Amino acid sequence: MSDPLLQRGEEIELGFGPRHPAIRGVLRLSLRVDGDRIVDCRPVIGHVHRGVEKLFELQPHADNLSHTDRLDFGSAAAANLAYAGAVEKLLGIVVPPRARYLRTILAELQRIASHLLWLGTHAADLGAMPPFFAAFGERDGVLELCERYLEDYFESDNESEAGQEAGARLRLDGIRPGGLSHDLPAGWAERCREFVESFPARLNGFAGPLTENRLWKKRTVGLGVLSPEVAVDLGVTGPALRASGFAWDLRKALPYEAYGEVDFDVPVGRNGDTYDRYLVRVEEMRQANRIVAQCLDRLPDGPVLAEPSVLEAKVEGETYHGIEGPRGEIGFYLVGDGTANPYRCHFRAPSFAHLQALPELCRGELVGDLVALIGTLDVALEEADR
Amino acid sequence: MEGAAEDPLAMALREELGEAIESARILGGDLTLQIRRETIAEVCAALKSKHGFTYLVDLCGVDFPGREPRFEVVYHLCSPAANRRVRLKVAAGEGEAAAAVPSVTGVWRAANWPEREVWDLYGVRFDGHPDLTRILLWEGFNGHPLRKDFPVEGIDTGAAAATVKVGGSGGGEA
Amino acid sequence: MGSAPVDVTAPAEANVLTTTYDRIFDWARRLGVRPFLLGLSCCAVGMTPALDPRHNLARFGGRAFRAAPGRSDLLIVAGTVSEKMAPLIRRLWDEMPDPKWAIALGSCAACGGPYRTYAVTPGVDRVIPIDVYVPGCPPRPEALLAGLLELEKKIVPPWVGA
Repeated sequence: MSDPLLQRGEEIELGFGPRHPAIRGVLRLSLRVDGDRIVDCRPVIGHVHRGVEKLFELQPHADNLSHTDRLDFGSAAAANLAYAGAVEKLLGIVVPPRARYLRTILAELQRIASHLLWLGTHAADLGAMPPFFAAFGERDGVLELCERYLEDYFESDNESEAGQEAGARLRLDGIRPGGLSHDLPAGWAERCREFVESFPARLNGFAGPLTENRLWKKRTVGLGVLSPEVAVDLGVTGPALRASGFAWDLRKALPYEAYGEVDFDVPVGRNGDTYDRYLVRVEEMRQANRIVAQCLDRLPDGPVLAEPSVLEAKVEGETYHGIEGPRGEIGFYLVGDGTANPYRCHFRAPSFAHLQALPELCRGELVGDLVALIGTLDVALEEADR
Repeated sequence: MEGAAEDPLAMALREELGEAIESARILGGDLTLQIRRETIAEVCAALKSKHGFTYLVDLCGVDFPGREPRFEVVYHLCSPAANRRVRLKVAAGEGEAAAAVPSVTGVWRAANWPEREVWDLYGVRFDGHPDLTRILLWEGFNGHPLRKDFPVEGIDTGAAAATVKVGGSGGGEA
Repeated sequence: MGSAPVDVTAPAEANVLTTTYDRIFDWARRLGVRPFLLGLSCCAVGMTPALDPRHNLARFGGRAFRAAPGRSDLLIVAGTVSEKMAPLIRRLWDEMPDPKWAIALGSCAACGGPYRTYAVTPGVDRVIPIDVYVPGCPPRPEALLAGLLELEKKIVPPWVGA
């Protein structure tokens, strides 16, 4: 305690975590507080470091795809798409149109699932319990759709068992370099359409009251303001960046999959505070729903996989492929040396950058608002730690 | 892998920065520049202030044990205004004797943690970094795991995990 | 002058229950177990839906999640245990008062899962004693409910009479 402010007791050091109900995953924060105000905060990560990048170098692409599922389990499709896209770039594969549309549907459904998970936990952290239950209930519906996608794959007579064998509620096994492993099961498109038609009304049902709620606004408006210049300098992307007024979305800037062929808006905030980040994510769910509906309408016929042999393909060269995940830019830097395993595979995790931005948000705020600030950044420690 | 001799950005940078740029190629669809290690901070500052590369997407390391110097530090930059990406590479050595790579935390604050990660997992030093400590692993960990000669299951790493005799204090035995 | 002794065996058997204090406490504990939610990674998100109305963990007494180890008696380790986290889990376990139980939820907690690397402890049973293993990657919420029922059998073996 050589610091004079600490010695005089004007500021104290407070530990937060590593296990705290408000944190998704394990995060330690070392806080310096002056009374109730946070003076500085130092995140300590690495408690869920699994050594995934080392494993990537030892396995071929098919096996690596089962690891990318778990990097951001809130939306497994995002990391899968980024990895598959990097391999496709290096091999020069063109994904068939039907697969591009189906992958877009899966990616947007998982964006909805990820944002619902965020909404439920963020609301619960701030004391609003009904949205927690409602959001998780909705999320169950989305996950069930994703689970049923694998029905035919496992050829089970009992349709509720099929996905269970794969643990496929959170994982989404099916995205491959070159397209998808299999096509839709019978009846899936109708079920998806039912979901898409009823989702906006249900979302308004539990998010609507929250948006206009005086307590919610009191707790979130003006909290954790992030200016666009600071956000970009810190590598913040995704809804957190757009809420600051910076309109940057890779789905529009560098369209991939079917995003260049459908209409959708990208919500952009004004003030860069916690309330704006909430509004942006809720609107993104509505837009994601709109994208899924259009993709279902325009779904072309045809094959869903470019070439079956791509799973064992030897990859040479290097590339970076980034996509717009629910949290921000998700990317893979893939280096191949002519063998079936990647030579180097680095995962660009949005949560890694956002956690680095957390001290910027926290300085000067009250300790009681800390859970709101961690929640508003939508960090997932598993992807930050890899 | 074509040469990028005609890329306007490559030509402009060659004029401004001269020998700092050792080579320019198109790799995986992106302009890739090999930069002289000592000049990386100036090159990055120029790219940010004059060419709009305000967004540091990613910073990582790669190990090529057969090469000398052994490591490569790779920077991925993006200019949202021009919707353009660029990749920079710097060769870096190992050990205390090898010169460190100048830190670019002064150019983008986003570089802070990724440089710590490269130090943690590869052992590459960054000169001028405000806090070059391990980030994913813990102090006392022995080695740099992403090096090619580090076994995946680890060596005696000084792990602090406690062990316990299984079959201890469950409650409620009838 | 006294009356003849009355045989009360039959009425007693019909109307009196004998047991031990331990059995009563175990019965109460079984129904009111207080889990400590140690959600480390993906399995935590597999576990949280167990609280929602569809799966409804509250039916089986696991509703009262506690945020402090000192107030809970069931540690559910959900997710990958890294070597950095392992000593902290041991400390959490030591802070919990007896009697206490532990469930390893998911393949990573049971055996390290797919992560045979330098950073992962191959199973949380290297660090704390585990009562029930729930396999899966991630396990469905129903699997957690099944695990909780198995644990209840361990807390109080099936009733076999006075």
